[in-house]
Amino acid sequence: MRHEHIETNSGLMILLILAVISIGGLVEIVPLFYINDTIEKVEGVRPNTPLEVRGRDLYLREGCYLCHSQQIRPFRDEWLRYGHYSLAAESQYDHPFQWGSKRTGPDLARLGGKYSNQWHVQHLIAPRSVVPQSIMPNYPWLLTTKLDYSDVADRMRALRATGVPYSLTQAEYEANVKKFGQTVADQLDISQAEANLLKEARDKNFDGIAGQVTEMEALVAYLQSLGTMVNFGQYNDDAFVKFR
Amino acid sequence: MSDPTQNAQPKPGEVQTTGHAWDGDLQEYNNPLPRWWLWCFYGTVLFSVLYWIYYPSWPVGESWLKGVGTVDYTITDKQTNQVKEQEFRWNTRSLLAADLSEAANNEKRKAMLAQVKAASFDQIVKDRHMMDFVRSVGKGLFGDNCAACHGSGGQGVVGLYPNLTDDDWLWGGAMDQIHQTLVQGRKGYMPAFGAVLKPEQLDDVAEYVLTLSGEAKPSEASARGKEIFHGPIGGCYYCHGADAKGVPSQGAANLTDKIWAIADVPTQKTLQDKKAVVKGFVTKGVNNTRIMPAWKGRLNDDDIKLLAVYVHQLGGAK
Ligand code: HEC
Ligand code: HEC
Ligand code: HEC
Repeated sequence: MRHEHIETNSGLMILLILAVISIGGLVEIVPLFYINDTIEKVEGVRPNTPLEVRGRDLYLREGCYLCHSQQIRPFRDEWLRYGHYSLAAESQYDHPFQWGSKRTGPDLARLGGKYSNQWHVQHLIAPRSVVPQSIMPNYPWLLTTKLDYSDVADRMRALRATGVPYSLTQAEYEANVKKFGQTVADQLDISQAEANLLKEARDKNFDGIAGQVTEMEALVAYLQSLGTMVNFGQYNDDAFVKFR
Repeated sequence: MSDPTQNAQPKPGEVQTTGHAWDGDLQEYNNPLPRWWLWCFYGTVLFSVLYWIYYPSWPVGESWLKGVGTVDYTITDKQTNQVKEQEFRWNTRSLLAADLSEAANNEKRKAMLAQVKAASFDQIVKDRHMMDFVRSVGKGLFGDNCAACHGSGGQGVVGLYPNLTDDDWLWGGAMDQIHQTLVQGRKGYMPAFGAVLKPEQLDDVAEYVLTLSGEAKPSEASARGKEIFHGPIGGCYYCHGADAKGVPSQGAANLTDKIWAIADVPTQKTLQDKKAVVKGFVTKGVNNTRIMPAWKGRLNDDDIKLLAVYVHQLGGAK
């Protein structure tokens, strides 16, 4: 093909430009799909419970990711401040992942268990009542809006289509029991989604209002789960160097 | 203005053109790159090859070229507690391990930490160098983990999070009590007396509570309140103690001092308002709302020890 031919034929030129600029992405991203060690072999990571699924949706709806990342990088300052660096394995069921790139507020990847439910509720309604210098917006409606969980099963079905092992059939359920154990497998059963959501809300009462499931309930449930699935205490600090 | 066509026409033999012609007569000069530039370019190509050899680079099948570069670090095995020397191929994670072990092996820090680890709480408090170390490390740890609740200086939020800078403690201000608080967390609990006592009884007991710290003068009402407090109906003494000075094992507040952790008495102007605040609190009690998280597992043992000393020196040391 002659140079002149390409330069005078803009349709062809566009196609060839697209081919050339996609090389960078293809070389950097595609191999990760088939390299064995991309996702670290680690115990404990499970898909979100139905309540956490709804909480995560609210996290997206409210745009929390615009100010908060969920990815601790392997640097000393981040290790000291936030804890163990994030593993690829920890976001394997997160679609789309919430790594983020903007840290107006702190990273949230290891937030779970750091604060009490009550602190989260207070902080989300009025951040400045607990952190006077905070520039985070108030989210008072989370506590006054009832959670819409009517479509939670559909949302899990959609996630299942992206490869998250929520189960529809008995065979899938049994595979989950093998992989995650009975308790988790029960939570992943789509046919029980709504019942599971209500039970978790009742048992743990994240929003502090008994007998009511607010949006706050789901969001705090999600926040309290962040970064808690892997028990890093059982791994040496260099257990994951071999995966990179 | 000079005639542009005059410059556009090269004098034959002076500068070569590429030989292309567009729109009939539009031509392009052929100016080869300077030689030094070209060599620099070849140099970068060579550099990239060395780069691929040293650092992780190309994907190959289910793996990738891992590079010949290595990183040394030391690591403490969590099972055996042994410190191992390790050499591993270069990547950002082994680089972090090296960075962390360099910090851990910093002679001064290592010596200080070993000293603090071995010392008892009493010894630490008496040693100026150890205390300087505790203050500098503790400040960072406190800011990252505790400040969101207790405030950056430990001043707390009335009603929600206790002030750690005063000399009043719910769970005890001795160093090992504070240490215990950090390790296992704490959960404030007081029954809601609204369901147990009648409104008049609540009034009486609130009045009595206020006499304990000199906010109110003893009266008939407070005498009735005293009986409720120390008798079987209220049973307040069971947690707050017969002297009402608080029982640390219950996390129950000292009611005889002027420091209030939850009932916001000091900002109320009139006795009536003070009573209302105390009554309101006793009516509702505390259940599952005042929770201090447990830090064992989240922070390592050394950090918890440092923090206990740090918190202790924030408040009046007891
Ligand atoms: C405008 C930017 C902004 C947005 C949007 C935002 N935050 Fe924040 N967030 C902050 C800042 C700044 C802080 C640090 C000060 C503070 O603690 O309030 C913070 C702190 C936090 C913390 C405490 C983290 C820690 O480890 O101390 C949590 C939890 C949190 N945000 C959750 C959320 C959630 C959930 C949302 C969405 C509903 C959200 N944030 C939206 C800016 C933001
Ligand atoms: C989620 C909010 C929260 C965080 C984070 C938190 N605390 Fe607390 N802390 C509390 C609450 C609430 C109490 C009171 C518990 C009660 O009512 O008995 C408390 C109590 C305490 C006490 C006992 C006070 C007393 O009077 O006996 C100490 C000491 C303490 N915290 C230290 C810390 C330190 C150190 C950290 C950081 C490692 C920390 N706290 C992080 C909420 C928090
Ligand atoms: C089961 C134990 C228990 C009993 C019984 C109990 N208390 Fe308490 N009380 C507590 C605890 C624990 C706290 C601190 C709560 C916290 O830190 O979350 C407290 C706090 C208080 C406070 C707030 C002190 C402050 O500094 O703000 C008052 C006032 C009080 N109690 C009064 C009473 C009265 C009056 C009674 C009896 C009618 C009573 N309490 C019975 C455990 C108890």
